[in-house]
Amino acid sequence: MTLTVLAIDDSPTMRNMFSLALAHEDIVLHLAEDGAAGLDLLRRITPDVVISDINMPDLDGFGFIEAVRRQERFRTLPILVLTTEPGPELRARARAAGATGWIVKPFDAQKMIRTLRLVAGSGG
Amino acid sequence: MDIDAPPQSGGTMELLSFRLGADEYCLDIMSVREIRGWSRPTPLPHAAPHMRGVLNLRGTILPIVDLSIRLGMAGVSGDPRNVFIVVGHGGLLTGLLVDSVSDILTVPRSDLHPPPDIAHYADQTFIGALAVIGGRMIRLLNLAAVLPAPPAEAPPRPPS
Amino acid sequence: MPQDPLAEIRAGFFLECEELLETLRDGLAALAADTTDRTRIDTIFRAVHSIKGGAGAFGLDRLVGFAHRYEAALDLLRTGRAPLTEALLRLLDRASDALEDHVQAAQRGDPPPEERESILVELQRQLAPFMREDAAPKPQAASWELDFTPHGALYDNGHEPLYLLRALRELGARDVICAADVGGGLIAFDPARPALRWTLTLPAETAEADIREIFCFVEDLCTLTISRARAGPAPGETGPVPTVRVDLDRIERLMNLVGELVINQAMLVQSVTDSGAQPNSPVMTGLDSFTKLTREIQESVMMIRAQPVKPLFQRMSRVVRETAASTGKQVRLVALGEATEIDRTVIERLAEPLTHLIRNAVDHGIEPPEVRSGLGKPACGTITLTAQHQSGRLMIELRDDGAGIDRDKVLTIAVRRGLVPAGSPPPDSEIDALLFSPGFSTVTEISALSGRGVGLDAVRTAIHGLGGRIGIRSRPGEGTVFTVSLPLTLAVLDGMIVRVGEETLVIPLSAVIETAALSSQNVRAIGAGHTVLELRGGFLPLFDLGAELGFRAPRRHDDGGIILLTRHEDESRSALIVDAILEQRQVVIKGLHRGCGPIHGISAATILGDGRVALIVDPTDLLSRRHLSPHDMAMAG
Repeated sequence: MTLTVLAIDDSPTMRNMFSLALAHEDIVLHLAEDGAAGLDLLRRITPDVVISDINMPDLDGFGFIEAVRRQERFRTLPILVLTTEPGPELRARARAAGATGWIVKPFDAQKMIRTLRLVAGSGG
Repeated sequence: MDIDAPPQSGGTMELLSFRLGADEYCLDIMSVREIRGWSRPTPLPHAAPHMRGVLNLRGTILPIVDLSIRLGMAGVSGDPRNVFIVVGHGGLLTGLLVDSVSDILTVPRSDLHPPPDIAHYADQTFIGALAVIGGRMIRLLNLAAVLPAPPAEAPPRPPS
Repeated sequence: MPQDPLAEIRAGFFLECEELLETLRDGLAALAADTTDRTRIDTIFRAVHSIKGGAGAFGLDRLVGFAHRYEAALDLLRTGRAPLTEALLRLLDRASDALEDHVQAAQRGDPPPEERESILVELQRQLAPFMREDAAPKPQAASWELDFTPHGALYDNGHEPLYLLRALRELGARDVICAADVGGGLIAFDPARPALRWTLTLPAETAEADIREIFCFVEDLCTLTISRARAGPAPGETGPVPTVRVDLDRIERLMNLVGELVINQAMLVQSVTDSGAQPNSPVMTGLDSFTKLTREIQESVMMIRAQPVKPLFQRMSRVVRETAASTGKQVRLVALGEATEIDRTVIERLAEPLTHLIRNAVDHGIEPPEVRSGLGKPACGTITLTAQHQSGRLMIELRDDGAGIDRDKVLTIAVRRGLVPAGSPPPDSEIDALLFSPGFSTVTEISALSGRGVGLDAVRTAIHGLGGRIGIRSRPGEGTVFTVSLPLTLAVLDGMIVRVGEETLVIPLSAVIETAALSSQNVRAIGAGHTVLELRGGFLPLFDLGAELGFRAPRRHDDGGIILLTRHEDESRSALIVDAILEQRQVVIKGLHRGCGPIHGISAATILGDGRVALIVDPTDLLSRRHLSPHDMAMAG
C-alpha cells in the first residue's frame, strides 16, 4: 500500500530533507510548516504516519501530538517525533504526549523509511 | 423499433415530443429509456461545445449532449426546468439535454415524410422525418446523426 | 432450461483435468528440484491415472491411449524399477505438454496431435529397470523463539502489535500463536486491560539485530524474550486449502455491488458530516468503523478475483522449453512465488508481455551451450521468474544468467538513431533503458548483434496499459534482470481528491510525490506562458491544472493554492497547481463512455460521495500534449 506521510517542520531545510529522503515510489509526502497547518491537513487527509518536529513556534511538537491524540479517530495514528537528542528525558516527554517513537536528526533515509513502514504496518 | 429501420407501411408510432427553444422535436419512444431532472453535469475538458459533460446514472457514466447546440442553436440554459432524455442507441446510453418534455403523440406511419432536400438547413441530416399533425410541425430526430460517433475503441486506461 | 447432464459432467471432467495437469506440472517441478522425492512420482502417477480414468468414461480413446502409455512409464519410476535422470525429466515435462494438448484436442473434439507420439516412444526407449535408495533427510539448525506480551502503554502510543507481527513475518516468522490471558475467568475479565501474548518461531539464520530493530520503540512497553530454540524437525508441509468453484458472473456482480457500497458509504459519511455531527460523536465513530469494514469487504472481494500467478508461470515454463528447443539452447526455468495472487484480469493481460520477455531472454540473453561452456558457465542457462507482493503491488522479476546487454553496441545504434547525442555517453542504467524506446524496435540489426530490444517498447506499452512499470538492469557476462511492478487490481485506485475551480478531480496517488503550499517566490516565468518551479536548486515544469483543463483562468501564485509534485511514466517530474486538497482515499474506477471520445489528460472517472462524477487525471498524458516535455525542462534546469 502507498504510505501517506505527513511531515511537520518549520525549517525549509528540514522539509527539503524530508522531500529528498522520502522521494520513494510508494510514499506520498504532505509537508506542513507548523502544527496548525498540520492539524488543518489532518481534517482532510488521514495519513498512515505523522512525523513532527518538536521545537516549533506557537504550537510545539508535544502540543501538536496531544491535540491529535485527543481526537478519537487518531487514537491509534502512529506519530514520530524528530529530535537531535533521543535521551531518556525526551523519550519520557514524548511518551507522555502520546508519541509512538522518535527519529534522530540527522536521519538516514533508508532507516527512516524502514521505521515508517514498521510503525505504519506497511510491509517490512 | 429503431428510427433507422426502413419505414414500414401501416400501423402507428409513439413519439416523445420536447422543446428546444421555440421549436418542437420528437423521438421514437422506443429509444427513450428514461427522463431525468436537471443536475449539473461534470464538464469534460476540451470537449466539443455540445458535449456538456457526464452524469452518474446509477453507477455508470452517462455522457450528456446538449441537443440545442448539436442542432446549431444556442445552448440549453441549464436550469431546474431542463431535463435529460436518456436514450439507448447502438448499445450505449446517452443523455440528451433539452429545454422541456411536452407530450407523447401517436402518429400514423403513413403521415411521416422524409424531409425535403433543402441545402441551407444545416441540421437537415439530424431530421429523419417530418409530419404535420393538427397544424403542428413534427420533426422526428435522427438519433444516429445526433449522437457522438463513437471512436473505434476507447477502453478505460488504468492510470499509472 | 434443461441441460444435457452428461455435457455438464463432461465439462466438469475437463475442469478437473486442468487441476490434474496443474498437479502434474507441480509434481514435475518439485521432482526437478529433488529427484529423490518418491511421493511426487506417486502424485504425478495418480494425476495421469485420473485423467485416463475420466477420459475412458467419455470414450475419449486417443486421450486414454496416450495417458495409459505415459502412466506405464511413470509406473516404472514409481516402483523404483527405473532411475530418474535429467534427460528423463525433460521427456516427462514434454510428455506433460503433450498430454495437455491431448486434453485440449479432446475438449474441442479435434483430432489429437500426432507428432506428440514420438515423445512417448523416446520415453519408453529410455526406461530400464533399475533401483535407487532414498537420501537421508537433512538435519535442522536451531531456530529463534520469541515471546511477546504488549503492555497497555504500547497501544496508547499508537503502536499496533499486528504491524510488528507483519514485520516479523517478513523475517520469516512461523508458528505464530496468540494466547489470551483471562486469568480470573470471564466474569472478572477487564476488556481495557491488555491480555494478549504472542509466541512465534523465526528461521535460525535470522540476525538477532534485525529482530531487535523491529521492537526498537516498544522494548519498554512490552515483555519480550528472544532465545534460540532446541534443534527440531522442520514443520511439515501444509495440505491444500479446500476450495469451491464460483461462477465468474457472480463475482462480477458482487464486485459491482461492493463498488456501489463504497460509493454509498462515502455519500453517507458526507451527509452525516454536512448535518453537523461532531468528529468524536458516537455516530461519527460508528461511521469510521463502517468505513473500515467497507474497505475490508472490498479488499476481500478483490481477493476472490485474485488468482495465483502459478498457471501463468507454468505457461511460461512451456514457452521456455519451446523457445529453447527451436534455438538449440539449453534453458531451465525456475519459478518462485507461484502462490502470489493478483487480479485475474491482470494475469490474463500479463501473458503476452511476459512471453515476449521470456522469448527475448532465451533467444538473445542465454548463450548457446558451447559458448557457455567456453566461458566456464553451466551449459544449461537459467531463467528465474519471481513473483512477490511488495507495498501493495505485485513485483515480477525475470532474471537470466546470459550474456547481459552489450552497451557499446546499444550506444552506437542509439547515437546513430539520434536517441542520444554523440560524445557524452549516458550512465549504464540509461543505456539499458534505451532498449525500451520505440526507436529501437525497428532496428533489426540489434537482434543479430547483441540481442535485446526487439519489441521491448511493445512490452513496456502493455505493462503501462496495466498501470504498471518496468525496469531493466544488466551486468555484462552475468545476465539481465527485468522488474515489473503492477497494481493488484484494475478496479480501484488510491487517489488524491483535489479541487480546481468548481471541479473535483482525482489524481492517482501513485503519481503524487509530495504536496506543499504554493509560494510565489519559487515560481519563475520562462516566456511563452511557461512557468517553472524552483525546487532545491533545480527547476521543474509547472502547470496550472485548472487552466490546463480549461476549467478556470490560471490562478495567481501568491494567494494560497497547493503544489502537487508528480511523477511520470518516464520517471521525469513536474509540478501541478491545484486549488485545494479535499481528501485522500480509494475510488472505484469507472470507464468513460465510448461516446465521450478520448479526453486528453483524463484516464477514467469515478463517482464521489455526493453522487457526482469526478474525472481521474492522468498527469503523464496531460503533459504529453504540451510542446515543452518535462524531459526538456530537466535539460533546461
